[in-house]
Amino acid sequence: MEKVLMKGNEAFAEAAIRGGAGFYFGYPITPQNEIPEYMSHELEKAGGSFIQAESELAAVNMAYGAAAAGGSVFISTSSPGVALMQEGISFMCSSEVPVVMLNVSRGGPGVGGIQPGQADYFQATRGGGNGDYHVPVFAPASIQEAIDMIYGAFEIADKYQNPVMILADGMLGQMMEPVSLPEAKRMATYEEIRANKPWAITGKGPRSERNVIKSLRLQPDVLEAHIHRLFEKYDRMEKELVRYETYGEPDPEIVFVAFGTVARLVAETMDILAERGYKAGMIRPVTLWPFPFDAFARISDKTRLVVSVELSMGQLLTDVKAAVCGRVPVGLINRTGGVVPTPVEIADRAIKQLKALD
Amino acid sequence: MKTRMFFAGSGGQGILLMGQMIAKAAMLEGREVTFMPSYGPEMRGGTANCTVIISDKTISCPLISETDILVVMNKPSLIRFESMLTPGGTLFINSSLIAESPTRDDIVIVNVPANDRAAELGIEKSANMVMLGAVVNGTGVVSMESVDRVLGYIFSEGKAALYSVNHRALHINA
Repeated sequence: MEKVLMKGNEAFAEAAIRGGAGFYFGYPITPQNEIPEYMSHELEKAGGSFIQAESELAAVNMAYGAAAAGGSVFISTSSPGVALMQEGISFMCSSEVPVVMLNVSRGGPGVGGIQPGQADYFQATRGGGNGDYHVPVFAPASIQEAIDMIYGAFEIADKYQNPVMILADGMLGQMMEPVSLPEAKRMATYEEIRANKPWAITGKGPRSERNVIKSLRLQPDVLEAHIHRLFEKYDRMEKELVRYETYGEPDPEIVFVAFGTVARLVAETMDILAERGYKAGMIRPVTLWPFPFDAFARISDKTRLVVSVELSMGQLLTDVKAAVCGRVPVGLINRTGGVVPTPVEIADRAIKQLKALD
Repeated sequence: MKTRMFFAGSGGQGILLMGQMIAKAAMLEGREVTFMPSYGPEMRGGTANCTVIISDKTISCPLISETDILVVMNKPSLIRFESMLTPGGTLFINSSLIAESPTRDDIVIVNVPANDRAAELGIEKSANMVMLGAVVNGTGVVSMESVDRVLGYIFSEGKAALYSVNHRALHINA
């Protein structure tokens, strides 16, 4: 397939259009502004609708409404914007309404900065909204992988009737790489939506009962039963969606755990360590929820140290510790606030931590 | 074979376009490439820089802390980024705007009076194309034919009127 050189953000938007997005609602925020800009002139050409909302809170609720009516919806924002959307995400999980969400994340807390960060790990995987719920979170390491994830996310969202999140970062949004774009899917017609999404609010028509989409359940036993049903679905997601990749030779003495763009830095760190005589491996969670706990079964008795490498203050580390479960010492190599470490810095700090074990 | 390139200057000088054109030319040649711009609250007159990595193998890290080729279009960029060059690396200096000499003596220096040569063509804004031509000729990192193809894509349709002068700027040093 012919390759094109595309900026991450524009590629993300094009992937959403080709994946069948019929609606985009957004509010500008750096470092993902090229997405609403691109959508503003391209989505309508593909037959979809673009609205610049007055806020992220409005955007997520427009998404909730359009998706409840059976629309295929894509929304994007960056870290503080995702914080504002949490109420809608919790509501959509309870109401079982599918949307595809993209966080081109930046440094926090608060308004923070605009350089890349991964400190939204807890927000994404633990749920920043209220109540018992889960959202599958995919973490792309390249623009091509992000394209494929966004393109495929609409089917996943529809299959589980649940929001799906892609967690990228400013680095991936701003950079350019050659990519292959998948074939554009045809947007569903009203009749197809009625047939494929029988739960959606498409008008009662000849149905005997009207469809109701709601998250309010005042009877505790009714709400409890609803949550148990949701969790049967989340159990299936954990089994069916979990993905990871491993890198390096067997029996490494140090195993890095890193996701997204940081895994690319670590790949170069592994080359540096090989030159310096260290055997390194890496586990890259592709899904952050469900977290690939099974990947850690591969840690051999030769492994002396497992290190979480992240652009946050030990958020990924909590899942790494849970996965390693005390078998091997677990370390942390991190920068935060928008600072990105060099592969050399990661290598130097890794060697220092290994030597501290001697 | 991996070549790291860093382009720096001020916003409005077409720094990112230079990097994007090299990146696209490399892609047309079937090579692996990444383009990483600096981004921030920047505007015309502010700083602008970008990194291009061209390789025969998959590129893992798109960021660099040292570079094989450094292109500086204004004086602050020379001062700030000179130390990034690896020993033996090549420094392209826009000598129309930079009177100072670099402090390094372990590098190859190419002076390009980019703004003056572009002004001769009557379009000083094409100084970046003059510099790009010099970089392509001086390093051979991509072929001029590939860059010509990219130029054709950029200056097509509504911008076709600007093709000829930019093509002349690109080739003025050839």
